[in-house]
Amino acid sequence: MRQRPSGKILALHAGIIVVLLVAQLFLPPYHHTNLARIMVFASFAVGYNVLMGYTGLLSLGHAMFFAAGVYGAGLTVFHLHFGAIEAFGAGVLSGLALATAIGLVALRTTGVSFLIVTLMFAQAAFLTTLHFNQITGGDQGLVISSELASLRIGSFEFSFADPAVKYNAALLLFAVSFAVSMALVYSPVGRVLIAIRENEARTRMLGYNTYKYKLLSMIISGAISGAAGAMYALLFSYVGSTFASIQYSIFPLLWTLVGGVGTLMGPILGTGLMFYVVDVSSGLTHSHLIVVGIVLVVLVLWFPRGIVGTVRERWFPWLP
Amino acid sequence: MSLGPHLFLALLEGTVTALVLALTALGLSLVFGVMRIVNIAHGEFFMLGAVLAWWFASLVSGWPVVGFLLALILGPLIVGGVAVAADWLILRRIDYDPESTIVATIGLLYIIQQVVLTLYGGDAKAVEAPIYFRVSFPWFGYSGYKLIVAGASALLLVTTWIAITRTEIGLQMRATQLDEEMAQAFGVPVRRVYAAVFALGAMLAAVAGVLVVPIQQAHYLMGGDPLLLSFIVVIIGGLGNLRGTLVAALIIGITDGIISVFFSPTLAKVLATLLVALVLVIRPGGLFGDEDS
Repeated sequence: MRQRPSGKILALHAGIIVVLLVAQLFLPPYHHTNLARIMVFASFAVGYNVLMGYTGLLSLGHAMFFAAGVYGAGLTVFHLHFGAIEAFGAGVLSGLALATAIGLVALRTTGVSFLIVTLMFAQAAFLTTLHFNQITGGDQGLVISSELASLRIGSFEFSFADPAVKYNAALLLFAVSFAVSMALVYSPVGRVLIAIRENEARTRMLGYNTYKYKLLSMIISGAISGAAGAMYALLFSYVGSTFASIQYSIFPLLWTLVGGVGTLMGPILGTGLMFYVVDVSSGLTHSHLIVVGIVLVVLVLWFPRGIVGTVRERWFPWLP
Repeated sequence: MSLGPHLFLALLEGTVTALVLALTALGLSLVFGVMRIVNIAHGEFFMLGAVLAWWFASLVSGWPVVGFLLALILGPLIVGGVAVAADWLILRRIDYDPESTIVATIGLLYIIQQVVLTLYGGDAKAVEAPIYFRVSFPWFGYSGYKLIVAGASALLLVTTWIAITRTEIGLQMRATQLDEEMAQAFGVPVRRVYAAVFALGAMLAAVAGVLVVPIQQAHYLMGGDPLLLSFIVVIIGGLGNLRGTLVAALIIGITDGIISVFFSPTLAKVLATLLVALVLVIRPGGLFGDEDS
């Protein structure tokens, strides 16, 4: 049974992309750069949401997939002098390959064990990036701007130092991951994933091999996260082990929760809001991450459905 | 030094690590066993213990023994109080839902960590050991304080074990672990048992933090490593299985000690994690867990 998104839903989601496209004409430089960053991080959150929101698997290790993308793209540029497109491909493949390997092992566990196992694998990945600091630059990181050549398509030349290129590349990435997640949610595969989220035992009883579906979800999620990481490395020309740290596993969880778990628009809204909340509070105090803690507790206590989830529950039940 | 003494030193270091780790992991395992929740903020209770030890030591500077004893008694009590407050204000309200609890304890982790950063600062601070003597082996001298840490940890482990298996409160805990509703029907105050277990788990981590701080400096980010190692131990031992936890802590601690002496500590942690992966592939319920858990 294939469902199709209604015209209303398609128009709403296409509208978000159009708003983002037009916004670059009006935004002052500071917010222009911020929004480019937000769109890359939002793609990461979209990848995370595929696994957490639509398959019901809570991972605490997505930093490793993001970092796989960052290193896959950054290190191939730095050491092998890859062009931007090849490096991006290498980043996506790294995320995809790592997600496949981790999924094969971690999905043998369920529930709480799954979460602990992903957390541990991510920590091992983080330590590995520190251990091989001669290649990765460790926590100092590497700046790749001088190794990264401009991208030539036909007679056009795009330099990644140009803010407009950054913005539109980030927008392109976000639009593609947004579309992929939407297509997935409405596809027969997506319906099975949602069924697994709602009741895995029953789905298995209906004859679906839930392990294979969960693995597929993990691979898609890891590939999108890797793509976000690769884009981040290319646009902001920095790779470092920070991106593999536990912080970057918790951020996508936070963004998704704030926006609304299992909603298509949740990741971009949550990422945008939290980016600015953290940005403003970091100007006020050194201990600005306390905001992250408080928001998480408040969400759990009073707004478990997040922004879009609450809106869907109260006013617009048709939101996907 | 030849291989023999080197190995002996590694075993010694490993045993000290293992016993401290067992304390921390026992706290995590107890909370999971009885309450069926994972406490991501567990490492922060360890850190709070260490930071409080520094605070008490600086309060009565000049008498390291007094400061240390104060920390050893009051530190865990304060941390236990924090845990009871967290249980009352947050966990109880979300009805101990497994996934919400994880998110809430991540929030708690950030809150505790950042409050400590504000009040205590971002520097690592050393605490003087309460007693200083060296035990001389034929090949090398060894810090006597580390042996005391090992002894104290072992004593606390045995005490906790006896409390769980031989006392009325321990019985109520085990009853709650086996069947919460049935325990309630038999008059066990389940809510209070939950609060007590959460506090006890936090206090075990805090004691480990107090004991460790003269060996390792106190820092607001020091909670990450004990959390990770406790997770490894608890998974290998089987979630909620106390005997498994102790055995696994000894295995992991000693292995970690040996690998750290011969290779690098970073590599030791990576290898420990991969070992866990192997265990999970073979036995998803942990080495000592039930097949179906």
